[in-house]
Amino acid sequence: MSRPSILQKIASSAAVATPAPVARQVRGLSDRAIAWLFVTPTILLLLAINIFPLIWTIQLSFTNYKANRAARGEKFIGLRNYERVLGDADIWISLQTTAHFLIWTMLLQVLLGFGLAWLLNKQFKGHSFWTTLILLPMMLSPAVVGNFWRFLYQPQIGLFNYIIAFFTGADPSSFQMLGDVNLAPWSIVIVDTWMWTPYIMLICLAGLRSIPDYIYEAAEVDRASKWRQFWSITVPMVLPFLMLAVLFRAIENFKMFDLVVELTNGGPGSVTELASINLKREAFEKWRTGYSSAFAIILFVTVFGVANIYVKALNAVKQR
Amino acid sequence: MKKGWIKSMLQTAAGAALALTVMAAPSQKAQAQSLTLCWAAWDPANALVEMSKDFTAQSGIEMNFEFVPWPNYADRMLNELNSGGKLCDLLIGDSQWIGGSAENGHYVKLNSFFDKEGISMNDFLPATVYAYSTWPKGSPNYWALPAMGDANGWVYRKDWFSRPALRSEFKSKYGRDLEPPKTWTEMKDIAEFFQGRDVDGKRVYGAAIFTERGSEGITMGATGALYSWGFKYQNPNKPYDMEGFVNSPDAVAALEFYKEFYKCCTPPGYTDSYMEEGLDAFKSGQVAMMMNWFAFFPGLHKDPVVGGDKIGFFVNPGQKVEASTLGGQGISVVSYSEKKDQALEYIKWFASPEVQKKWWSLGGYSCHKSVLLDPGFANTQPFAADFLKAMDGVQDFWQEPAYAELLLAMQKRVHDFVVADQGTAQEALDKLIEDWTETFEDEGKL
Amino acid sequence: MSSAHPHEKPWGKRLAAGLVILYALVSIIPLIWIFLTGFKSPQDSISYPPKMVFSPTMEGYVNVFTTRTRQTPEYMETLPPPETWYDELVRSRSMVIAGPSKFGQRFLNSIIIGFGSTFLSVFLGTLAAYAFSRFKIPLKDDLMFFILSTRMMPPIAVAIPIFLMYRELGLADTHLGMILLYTAVNISLAVWLLKGFIDEIPREYEEAAMIDGYSRFQSFRKVVLPQATTGIAATAIFCLIFSWNEYAFALLLTSGTAQTAPPFIPTIIGEGGLDWPAVAAGATLFLVPIVFFTIMLRKHLLRGITFGAVRK
Repeated sequence: MSRPSILQKIASSAAVATPAPVARQVRGLSDRAIAWLFVTPTILLLLAINIFPLIWTIQLSFTNYKANRAARGEKFIGLRNYERVLGDADIWISLQTTAHFLIWTMLLQVLLGFGLAWLLNKQFKGHSFWTTLILLPMMLSPAVVGNFWRFLYQPQIGLFNYIIAFFTGADPSSFQMLGDVNLAPWSIVIVDTWMWTPYIMLICLAGLRSIPDYIYEAAEVDRASKWRQFWSITVPMVLPFLMLAVLFRAIENFKMFDLVVELTNGGPGSVTELASINLKREAFEKWRTGYSSAFAIILFVTVFGVANIYVKALNAVKQR
Repeated sequence: MKKGWIKSMLQTAAGAALALTVMAAPSQKAQAQSLTLCWAAWDPANALVEMSKDFTAQSGIEMNFEFVPWPNYADRMLNELNSGGKLCDLLIGDSQWIGGSAENGHYVKLNSFFDKEGISMNDFLPATVYAYSTWPKGSPNYWALPAMGDANGWVYRKDWFSRPALRSEFKSKYGRDLEPPKTWTEMKDIAEFFQGRDVDGKRVYGAAIFTERGSEGITMGATGALYSWGFKYQNPNKPYDMEGFVNSPDAVAALEFYKEFYKCCTPPGYTDSYMEEGLDAFKSGQVAMMMNWFAFFPGLHKDPVVGGDKIGFFVNPGQKVEASTLGGQGISVVSYSEKKDQALEYIKWFASPEVQKKWWSLGGYSCHKSVLLDPGFANTQPFAADFLKAMDGVQDFWQEPAYAELLLAMQKRVHDFVVADQGTAQEALDKLIEDWTETFEDEGKL
Repeated sequence: MSSAHPHEKPWGKRLAAGLVILYALVSIIPLIWIFLTGFKSPQDSISYPPKMVFSPTMEGYVNVFTTRTRQTPEYMETLPPPETWYDELVRSRSMVIAGPSKFGQRFLNSIIIGFGSTFLSVFLGTLAAYAFSRFKIPLKDDLMFFILSTRMMPPIAVAIPIFLMYRELGLADTHLGMILLYTAVNISLAVWLLKGFIDEIPREYEEAAMIDGYSRFQSFRKVVLPQATTGIAATAIFCLIFSWNEYAFALLLTSGTAQTAPPFIPTIIGEGGLDWPAVAAGATLFLVPIVFFTIMLRKHLLRGITFGAVRK
């Protein structure tokens, strides 16, 4: 333990910086005091920058406040904002768009991610190199990557259209991934799948590796077919991992903003306007603060509620 | 991961973090003798940088600039104003922002300053004073000095239009000469004539028009057609009464026409295009005509590839009336600035007739009468006469404090109909009235 | 870690390898394309069909760091000969460099805010994680869940009141404001991950040290921290990656002073239209550090992306 670590240095410099009597007191603190001393800053920070804003959002959602019209003041209007949000056809359309995005990205990513993990688990030579390579897209900035995909999707000059055209023989300027009403919803699904399949893959891989060999060996002894082994051993054992991965991804994709804003900005028309993008327009372009606060709360409650139900299901699967 | 290596990295990282946090603090400290001017990133802004060097030489005040690309300009700058930011001392803000900025105290009211310095609004073109400076509209309350006159106009490939083969083919097809159009219908004929044609071995298209969804693009483009069909925002005798005006038969016809024009005659993939995309298409020789702001015409005229004699300009064609969509901005002092006096000094310098003359010569559109009403003005540039004509019939979007809400509603309704093929023009405009009515009800104006 | 399925046939492995490699190569194409486009000239970048072979130029990199103005040939002749290679490059396009662009400053902002918030979240996170790991704290599970749940809120939803709060406090568009905000977002990850790492350090070490006369605080500093270095490093990199990539808050809460690179890069425009090589150059510079970190982190990646829920 003789090698000095930077944190030691920082901790000791912090100790030096504190007046001697205080430092002595810190050193002599009881466990209980240290526990509170260590936890409090974190809790305070979260209260200030997460909980207080959340409560404020709830309060604003009952008013007609507009942040760009501070001088106009705010008036309590009860549940009016909630009524308006829930009665707004455009909001429902944006929720449908979000659902389409969520369902298809999850489906594709689970299939591809599980498939890749299953293949990787065969541990061929060089598999760890290829794993790392596959993992790269998910670590990158979604905004920057989304912006660049807009370039790849350009009709005529974009690489994506060119490659599709190369394999199908179609004219590369005959279809527009981002501009076509029917293709645009798929263009965002493709990029998200490209970006996040590795995430599901990595977690599935951990699940596959957690299956002890002896289970398969026992199955071999019982002369169970590979097909049966797959469905009665592999799938059930990986399922909790897969569900966890889907939970994390689904929460993220429900909140999806950066990637799609830079790709399509909700267009053409509003066909890729996800809930978050709609919310951003209401809150920071139209500045309907009260209204958008109500929308935000509805979204938050939805995520929170669905996630809780899902976690219960996950625990049930785990206990099986 | 080896531990020693991680440690040294952690050390460097933490050290860097501390050092940078310390560094960040002084960089925010304001220098007394410098001003920051915020505007959009485009040709005229570069001219302003050039010209402002004179101001620095004269006053000793350094000028810094924050230029934001158009698609993000309104978002970024309105966010800046609404958060009470101190980034900009001077702001060249869009004409539609004036209502909100005046009512919410983002801009300094300039009346007493104008009086003191002897700057008279009578020296500026009335249409520009009305549009860029006053709130409530037309009242003698000034929140900005007209800085950059602008309107939406058109550029065309004069070299293509003058080719005898094309001219005779056009004549035999349409029974008239291939000349800059006088109406939108004529313009569509020309665009259809060029669409998909081979010119010098390259496939070309009819026209580049505004279809952008995110900020204001498609509204600015579609209103070019709407105004020409006689569109009105409200009942002239009863403010905010929109039924039968916003969705009048003429308005519906104009919007349908804009969609047909978009469908028939724009380059492929032209679903989300504004000024920059239009310039791209035009400069690369893809289109015969382009809708764009006059602000870009000086730069286009100087362009090494398509500039000079190769291009000509025309005012937004009429259909039932002569009208153009207003662009342009006034220059304001941001009330959160700590350097208002120096900022006012800049405005005073900018308002002087000599500076205004230089502004025009460098490619900025002065609104000063001494420049515009000079008998020689029309001959200074090939587009100068058209500019005056356009400014004569400009119409602007709502300048209400709730303008952003009104604009975004129109962006959505128009883009949904024109580009995304949802519903009919009548439905789009009916829904627009619903959206706008809701906004005005929230505002307490209905 | 278990080995592969027993009795796997060699052709099965080869087929698996083939499919995985195919996927990896296809998925890496966009990244290679970003890298290559950075070295293209603007004409080559928008040529049809897309150019695979081209003569590389540094134009994109020069353009992303500079602002340039177009000049007439007459004016160009009056200039002294170019002093640097980048001057020469720009002048060959009939332009002169007018000054630096904002890219350098935005990049520096990303570094300041990224490292600042990483340092703060790891610092606070380590303390809290240690306390949660070692002490009996009333409502411990609830507190831990509370910390995690703050991560579920859509950023835009919290952005509304934070915008109002920062406006009142003068924290809008400041480095400090962004550091605090990113710390608040990252701290849930930091606490959860670090608690896992600290749980793995046997308590006996500290107990032995305390018998030797160390106080609790001393044993934390001199025994636990050195043992947790790897975990702290991995956590730090995860926090850094988050703040580095974050877009929504940066877009809404920063402007000219503290804006980071992600909202800035997509707004890089050239002369008339998007300057894709410059965008690609900026993107490459921005993404390379993350590629490097990902490779370094690969053993801990799983743990990091699941909040420590999956450890192996």
